[in-house]
Amino acid sequence: MLINCPYCGPRDVSEFTYQGDGNRERPDPASQDIEAWNAYVYDRLNPAGDHNEIWQHSGGCRMHMRVVRNTLTHLISSVAPVRPHAAARHGGKP
Amino acid sequence: MAEYSAFALLKNALNGNKDWKPAWRKPDPKPSYDVIVVGGGGHGLSTAYYLAKEHGITNVAVLEKGYLGSGNVGRNTVTVRSNYLLPANQRFYEHSMKLWENLSHDLNYNVMFSQRGVLNLAHTPAQLDDLARRGNALRHEGIDSELMTPAAIKRLMPAIDISPNARFPIVGGLMQPRAGTARHDAVAWGYARGADRRGVDIIENCEVTGFLREGDRIVGVTTTRGEIRAKKVGVAVAGSTGRVMALAGIERLPIESHVLQAFVSESIKPFLDTVVTFGMGHCYVNQSDKGGIVCGGDIDGYNSYAQRGNMPIIEDVMSELLAMFPALASVRMLRAWGGLCDMSMDGSPIITKGPLPGLYLNCGWCYGGFKATPASGFCFAHTIARDEPHELNAPFTLERFHRGILIDEKGQGATPRLH
Repeated sequence: MLINCPYCGPRDVSEFTYQGDGNRERPDPASQDIEAWNAYVYDRLNPAGDHNEIWQHSGGCRMHMRVVRNTLTHLISSVAPVRPHAAARHGGKP
Repeated sequence: MAEYSAFALLKNALNGNKDWKPAWRKPDPKPSYDVIVVGGGGHGLSTAYYLAKEHGITNVAVLEKGYLGSGNVGRNTVTVRSNYLLPANQRFYEHSMKLWENLSHDLNYNVMFSQRGVLNLAHTPAQLDDLARRGNALRHEGIDSELMTPAAIKRLMPAIDISPNARFPIVGGLMQPRAGTARHDAVAWGYARGADRRGVDIIENCEVTGFLREGDRIVGVTTTRGEIRAKKVGVAVAGSTGRVMALAGIERLPIESHVLQAFVSESIKPFLDTVVTFGMGHCYVNQSDKGGIVCGGDIDGYNSYAQRGNMPIIEDVMSELLAMFPALASVRMLRAWGGLCDMSMDGSPIITKGPLPGLYLNCGWCYGGFKATPASGFCFAHTIARDEPHELNAPFTLERFHRGILIDEKGQGATPRLH
């Protein structure tokens, strides 16, 4: 599996760290909503098909990126930096 | 019942093997059942078997989307053990071990359970201390466990590299002598035949496409072979849990589906008669009765329903295999395949009533479900029949994640990579 890093170009999956379901939202640190924390820490979307997920190019430029990948075929349809402006500022493709 | 006696084998051999009867029927689904078990893998079939045997509930259908044994029960690396650290896991898996020890007799079907021992290797003094602690915890619970020196390990498996020059020298290991392997297909076939004989309908090529509801209550399923109603519906679909539960409207669970790869080499002469695991990384290996070296390692590490994996894990597993047994460098690998694992967020399973009325859930087996097959079915059948958990699966609830009472064998916190 190759992931097309916005900064480094296509690289082998072994250079990347998987950070899982990208649909979760971290509650405000001061929040005491147990259900919201439980959902953030434990519950996951687990679709058979396109999945929004977070990867980090930990063996390369260390950028965090949002990847849309099909869990049935492993085909990646989009890769974008988690913070789009970061790539542009450092000379990569925005 | 002596269908596979020496006499029957001889008679059928002389007769061109024309007269063998199928081991289970191929019934069409009835309009309704007392219980539907979704998933005709090891856990679903053993659930049906114990529903009939222990609870007298025989008006049961097992629905399998493919053919019987086409999922994880035919894809795993066949290891059976009960060497866990935490009491809830120890009791559950030791109950499973005791069922394994009598399973061929109970089913009157040879599941080829071979108590050849499972050895976990240690490569640092700290790791050996940790294994000693686990061994003590096991003995405290009455489960067999022995610490081994490198010399004793070398006597047991002469091909292993115990030299101090190894990249990760072996300093000892923890052995569970009663652990071992079983023929995984035979487990599915044996449970299927046992359930079928007690009146359970095993319905293959019947994919569940939705759930029938009355209000909140689940009252049956829609399938590719029509609507089937039931008082109770049990779901035991391992890696497909996310997909099936989404049909019931439950999109989020403390589960991710990941792919785990396994490998088998060409057949070689008897080389290794124990199951052994490498401690620096993750690789487990045994030799099948046919002679193939069967091995596996970690999950690939990203969500997948593809039943196939990628190169990095293949390289990892092979390098660790060769670190243990350098002589295997000249052996060729024959096949690689993948199975879908329902990775729970604490590495322990879920066997519970709910999460909807009329529904029962059995999942979260990570990549250790094969050894649990008998106890999983035993406990799930109890939960379905009595509407309350057996004491052995009482800790394996879904709400443990809400309440923070995790069964986290590695003490590592919430991550879907544990087992």
